[in-house]
Amino acid sequence: MTLKITRENIKNSLVDKIEDISGQNVFDCYQCGICSSGCPVTDYMDFPPNQVMRLVQFGCVDEILNSKTIWICSTCLQCSTRCPKGIEVAKVMEALRTINLRQRGGTLNPDDLKSKELKDLPQIALVSAFRKLTG
Amino acid sequence: MKSGYFPGCTLKTNAKNFEDSAMQIMEILGQPLEEMANWICCGTVFSMTTDDLMLQLSSIRNLLRAENQGYDELVALCSMCYNTLKRAKEFILNDEENLRKVNDFMYKEESTFKGTTDVVHLLSILKDRITFDEIQKKVTKPLKDLKIGAYYGCLLLRPKELAIDDFEDPSIMEELVDTLGGDGIVFPYRLECCGAYQTIIEKDVTIKRTYEIINSAREAGCEALITSCPLCAFNLDQRQKETSEEFLEFSTMPVFYFTELMALAFGIKWNKDWTKLHYVNPEPFLKKKGLI
Repeated sequence: MTLKITRENIKNSLVDKIEDISGQNVFDCYQCGICSSGCPVTDYMDFPPNQVMRLVQFGCVDEILNSKTIWICSTCLQCSTRCPKGIEVAKVMEALRTINLRQRGGTLNPDDLKSKELKDLPQIALVSAFRKLTG
Repeated sequence: MKSGYFPGCTLKTNAKNFEDSAMQIMEILGQPLEEMANWICCGTVFSMTTDDLMLQLSSIRNLLRAENQGYDELVALCSMCYNTLKRAKEFILNDEENLRKVNDFMYKEESTFKGTTDVVHLLSILKDRITFDEIQKKVTKPLKDLKIGAYYGCLLLRPKELAIDDFEDPSIMEELVDTLGGDGIVFPYRLECCGAYQTIIEKDVTIKRTYEIINSAREAGCEALITSCPLCAFNLDQRQKETSEEFLEFSTMPVFYFTELMALAFGIKWNKDWTKLHYVNPEPFLKKKGLI
């Protein structure tokens, strides 16, 4: 079976939304994998970043929106800096988180933080986590 | 050139040692830091969404207030403040529509945002304006035999458009250590993320990062690390507690703000209150090196 990948048959409205929020053309990715080789936290991801890009290209948005990868990404921008096609992969990750945050809520519930943790953690950790992980 | 200092939230609390030491060294260098009035949190992380301007407002409000207070530039010490303020400014100024919309929220401010205040990091001021030659003249207690690894992390160098140095091979902090009479050591993981805010929900990630980064530094010969980011400092220093529990063979390493070592090299007496803000007590190391 031959699978023909074109913008028309693969793109769905959620992919449009990802491109809209991120400002990136996900179809520019040619799967060289440099994003995944430079990413320092792939050990904790279910899909490395290049596979996230591939799944988005195929329109498999549900798999991606449910994946752990997008929450483990800490926007260190190593991938965006090194992509030979100039795709800001971290912006695609941000778009995927954002869609989740808007539609389903985040992964961090401030009520779950224990008072001891709140006392020890610096504001910089709390504010950044709330901004990236709460809906 | 009127220069204002933007502290950001954590420099008033967990990273008070960073602020104190920076204030003191800048006093000695003849360019005392003047704190801008009415600053608020910068937001800590830049939002990369194109369609949510609400997340840019706190940065822009700070920049607008700095403009109205007549500052030509804002100096940030914290890497995250530097990065967030600078990117927010570029993002908003590059799009007229964004600029117009953001200004709709600024009705309680004295004027609209124009983007006339630059954002610079203290390290750039030290290198480009004060120069390392001048800094060297103030060194009274050289950091002799101190092998120091400079941990840059992410936000001083990425995105590359705002990098304070070469984004893949920086040397500014190693040069600074050398200027102070120490030995600035390049180690492999110096540009790699510490795990940032994962420290809250995925603590294991930051523990592993700390383990790898500190070990990478040690293998390259470092005895201590310097950083300019309070979140990196938290992960690399405070999280050494959990790292030691998780990896039994792990041995700890002191982590400093670069300004703390500058203060020592300038002959400023080590402040006991700074020690309290470190997890790995730096005093035995400093005593061994004859600095305190």
